[in-house]
Amino acid sequence: MAKLVPTNETILVAGGGISGMTAALEAAECGKHVLLIEKSPSLGGRVSQFHRYFPKLCHPTCGMEINTRRLKANKRVHILTMTEVTAVTGTAGNYTVNLLTRPRYVNENCTACGACAKAVSSEIPNAFDYNLGKIKAAYLPFVMAYPQRYVIDPSIVGTAEGEAANAACAHDAIDLDMKPESFTVNVGAIIWATGWQPFDAAKIQPYGYDRFTNVITSVEFERMMDPSGPTGGKLLRPSDGKEARNIAFIQCAGSRDRNYLKHCSRICCMATLKQSTYIAERYGDDPDAKVSIYYIDIRAIDRFEDFYQKVQADPRVTFIKSKVANITEDESSGDPVLHGVDTEGYHRYDNRHDLCILAIGMQPSVRAEEIATGMHGDANGFIETNDENGAIFAAGCAGNPLDVNRSVQNATAAALRAIQVVNRIAAAEA
Amino acid sequence: MAGEMKLGAYICKGCGLGERLDCAELAKVAQKEGKAQVVREHDFLCHADGLAMIGNDITAGVNQIAIAACSRRAKAEAFTFDGVCVTRANLREGVIWVHPDTDDARETTQEAAADYVRMACAEAKAMRAPAGNPNRGGSKRILVVGGGISGLTAAREVAAAGYEVLLVEKSDELGGIARHLYRRVPAKEPFTEPQETGLAELVNSVCSNPHITTLINSTIAQTSGAPGRFTVEIASTGGNNRSETVGAIIQASGFTPYNANALTEFSYGRTLDVIDQLGLEKLVAAADGAPITRPSDGKPVKRVVFVQCAGQRSADDGRLPYCSGYCCNTSIKQAMYFKDADPAIDTTIIYSDLRTPGNGEDFYRSAQRKDITFTKGKVSTVTPTAAALKVDFKDLILDQDADIEADLVVLATGQVPNSGIDIETSDEAQAAAADKSILNLTYRQGKDLPQLRYGFTDSHFICFPYETRRTGIYACGPVRRPMDMAQAMDDATGAALKAIQAVENAAAGRAAHPRAGDLSFPQYRREGCTQCKRCTVECPFGAIDEDEKRYPVFNESRCRRCGTCMGACPVRVISFENYSVDTVGAQIKAVDIPDEFSEKPRVLILACENDAYPALDMAGMNNQHYSAFARIIPVRCLGSVNTIWITDALNSGYDAVALMGCKHGIDYQCHFVKGSELATYRASKVDDTLKQMNLEPERVQLFEVAITDALRTPKLIDGLVAKVIEIGMSPLKF
Repeated sequence: MAKLVPTNETILVAGGGISGMTAALEAAECGKHVLLIEKSPSLGGRVSQFHRYFPKLCHPTCGMEINTRRLKANKRVHILTMTEVTAVTGTAGNYTVNLLTRPRYVNENCTACGACAKAVSSEIPNAFDYNLGKIKAAYLPFVMAYPQRYVIDPSIVGTAEGEAANAACAHDAIDLDMKPESFTVNVGAIIWATGWQPFDAAKIQPYGYDRFTNVITSVEFERMMDPSGPTGGKLLRPSDGKEARNIAFIQCAGSRDRNYLKHCSRICCMATLKQSTYIAERYGDDPDAKVSIYYIDIRAIDRFEDFYQKVQADPRVTFIKSKVANITEDESSGDPVLHGVDTEGYHRYDNRHDLCILAIGMQPSVRAEEIATGMHGDANGFIETNDENGAIFAAGCAGNPLDVNRSVQNATAAALRAIQVVNRIAAAEA
Repeated sequence: MAGEMKLGAYICKGCGLGERLDCAELAKVAQKEGKAQVVREHDFLCHADGLAMIGNDITAGVNQIAIAACSRRAKAEAFTFDGVCVTRANLREGVIWVHPDTDDARETTQEAAADYVRMACAEAKAMRAPAGNPNRGGSKRILVVGGGISGLTAAREVAAAGYEVLLVEKSDELGGIARHLYRRVPAKEPFTEPQETGLAELVNSVCSNPHITTLINSTIAQTSGAPGRFTVEIASTGGNNRSETVGAIIQASGFTPYNANALTEFSYGRTLDVIDQLGLEKLVAAADGAPITRPSDGKPVKRVVFVQCAGQRSADDGRLPYCSGYCCNTSIKQAMYFKDADPAIDTTIIYSDLRTPGNGEDFYRSAQRKDITFTKGKVSTVTPTAAALKVDFKDLILDQDADIEADLVVLATGQVPNSGIDIETSDEAQAAAADKSILNLTYRQGKDLPQLRYGFTDSHFICFPYETRRTGIYACGPVRRPMDMAQAMDDATGAALKAIQAVENAAAGRAAHPRAGDLSFPQYRREGCTQCKRCTVECPFGAIDEDEKRYPVFNESRCRRCGTCMGACPVRVISFENYSVDTVGAQIKAVDIPDEFSEKPRVLILACENDAYPALDMAGMNNQHYSAFARIIPVRCLGSVNTIWITDALNSGYDAVALMGCKHGIDYQCHFVKGSELATYRASKVDDTLKQMNLEPERVQLFEVAITDALRTPKLIDGLVAKVIEIGMSPLKF
């Protein structure tokens, strides 16, 4: 990471998840200068919160390690974390972007030795684990975090805890007087890679996510299945810590529904099939382990069909073609009870499970129209491919609900679109 | 780099190193045993002061640097000095964080630190700063093979970035399959109606672009060379052959519709009124707005049935096991051709899972509003009757057998990739298919891109979708994975970037992904080579050819710098300037081996630097302790592990050796594709050597490790040390 003076031959990448990292790296490895900004304290985005990828069941950390190594070796990418875009004005080849950097209270002297965390006892909800667990108020967001630099939570700044962290640091790395910083940069093209957020499950009232403890979302379940996650990888249900064996997945939770998200989020079928393998792996031949997948269509597109066939062959996994009508809770046990009609043969059911996972839909973290005046998005807020968007290009899930492989593919294309703009500027100025 | 080598060793005392270790003692080790000319301790080496101190020494002539501090993964940017070799002794994550802070442990912890200092010094002395591959080639022109939607888009996008394009199309016309499409699936809000294909505009933009040269009626007769300097022989049906130089290649050879003649149960080929989706497009285009009529008797179609997944998602022989992904939307579009013309026409789509991801859902809803019938079912047969066709199917909702009459049946049959020759098949099979080759590569390992599954030339990596195993050659469109037009256009744009990146990397003499920017490249000592061909056969990227005397010919720009060739070479003549049999061998030799009666075994761990080594670092960050008798050396890939390292280690008194690398097999995780698999094979051959040395086979182990194995890797190490204690110390200590 080097110092950079942005010019209109610089590409700004907003968002440091896998799409933003990819777009930044692919452009920089073509020789371009890139300013990569990320709102949170470290890069990696939602991908770093996944335990495994479908269909290979490999670990996202592995590709992240390669990408961070590429970043460390590339002097053309300048990274700013805890930084957001507050305004964009201008036209293709000449954008003025206002940025805001929130204080980390830790400077570049930090060696990630961890002394500050040892000195602090207050805890904050762990955002990396979707607040399922807690983390110290002086923290490294996760063990593989890049940049490898701690964060002091604002809640302990100005308290004895903050002072204790400061005193514990032998490297003069803590600066409790840091203030938010606003500044402006000039860039030629913008790659918008702010990704997705899970649909707010509480809005799906019939499923009672806000009322029933044992109804959780797929992103929360993913953290639970990670050995470094909030339950140490154990499948313990939230209400009573009981090991969950009879597990339901509800597909299209929020998606394909005009009341919530009208699009299909594409990834949720594969995510559920993947997560069903976690359960199968946990319980081996345990006859009590059961997975029920309530679905409308299983969208295992292209070679993913192989993975679907594999899961279908598992006798512990049952597929029920049904849009679940509602969930009630059995008060004595806390078990969620799913009610609906199995449309294959029209059978009514009232099925009791230990745990119910909502395969939650994807919506853009930032809607197209929020980026800049006149930006074109689709009805769901995803950025459209549209010449009128000038040199602001979507990468990954900011433009479409995509899986990781397709996000990276799309981010690579976005990098070229940005390069075309800055190359035209360079040619004009040469 | 000519001139005198001068080693500087720097011992950091920050992060608790100063408290836990006798750093003055380590400095002495660096000076006396590491033979460092400059040795300095610093309280906080990665701080600007520490870095300035090192910078001053570099100015004063230090050109080899051993940093004894944290892991090579930490503070990597700070400890990068241009033009100088840097090694790292991992005293933090690899020593003090993984050994307990107790009086009992102090001695073995210090010994581990001292060994890592010795190793870092020895490695630095064996390294040379690489200057980049001199054999670069300067062509930045991009060849696009195939003039369909993918190829046209790739050509347009490459040219828009300011690069020259050579576009080669086999047929006499640009446009590919899309030429036959009447309309395409919508790609814009409100995603409700079929839209114009836009092909004419695309073809125009390519044909009128002065940076694009288009050759039709032409195929690739031969491709040789490497990124930056490919020589391509182009054969034209007119006999006007030519030779061109290009820097990178985009293969957009597209797909062939599945041959529906195999679908006898659906009567395809038996009656003209059973057609595939492409057949319907042609029928609709021919009707040109007039009512769509039956091919058999010209009567208007009043009832049409679409059979989804025809010959797809099937394990049966000759059928496609995969889902082609685009056919649900296509059938919806085609049903609209009928409904939009005449709402009275019955249109029924029989499907098992309707797959319309993203905004395809709007298109699906639009179809429902147009009263297109969707039936969840599985079609068993289509039979011609006197006046119509009878479609028999299992209705999956009513759970009963049913049938429906139709004037026309459309089969949604899917895509078969045009990927040329499968280079994994026998020589005879490849020779028999020679005329199918797309690229006709002169490469030692075969004429076309390696295939992944079902003939697709897709990358195996989720995170790196364009990484083919042939550097500088990128596939896009339906040859890479089944896809629709919108995806193919996006895919072509991404491939265009990768091709541009490849020519830029080649021109600068540096490596492509995943060791992007690496300036080292393989070199070999011809006089020592025995022409055994292992390097040319085992290179996962087909980078090495053979000359007429069967000596290897390294094409540096095709090389990904994994070192598999170096690991393969039985006479050890292949090396990189900064990574060689010597750089690792010197580290192995540098470790101090206590005598047989010391009760201090030494276990060597050769760990993949991308996965196993970070897992061990994470163990350190989580304070997961493991035996202080282990000495860990990161390697570029297990494929680069030369068995001489294992036998040398055992001969010099190590008690055991473990290789830690990535999963191999069908879902391999090795970023160099074959490295961990080859290491497994080679390690299996070490058994014989162990027997000759009178050593137990348990002394060499190979562990498959994932990057998340922070809890497991310490247990593996401790298990191996326990095994050594059980079977006894090596008798080969001197």
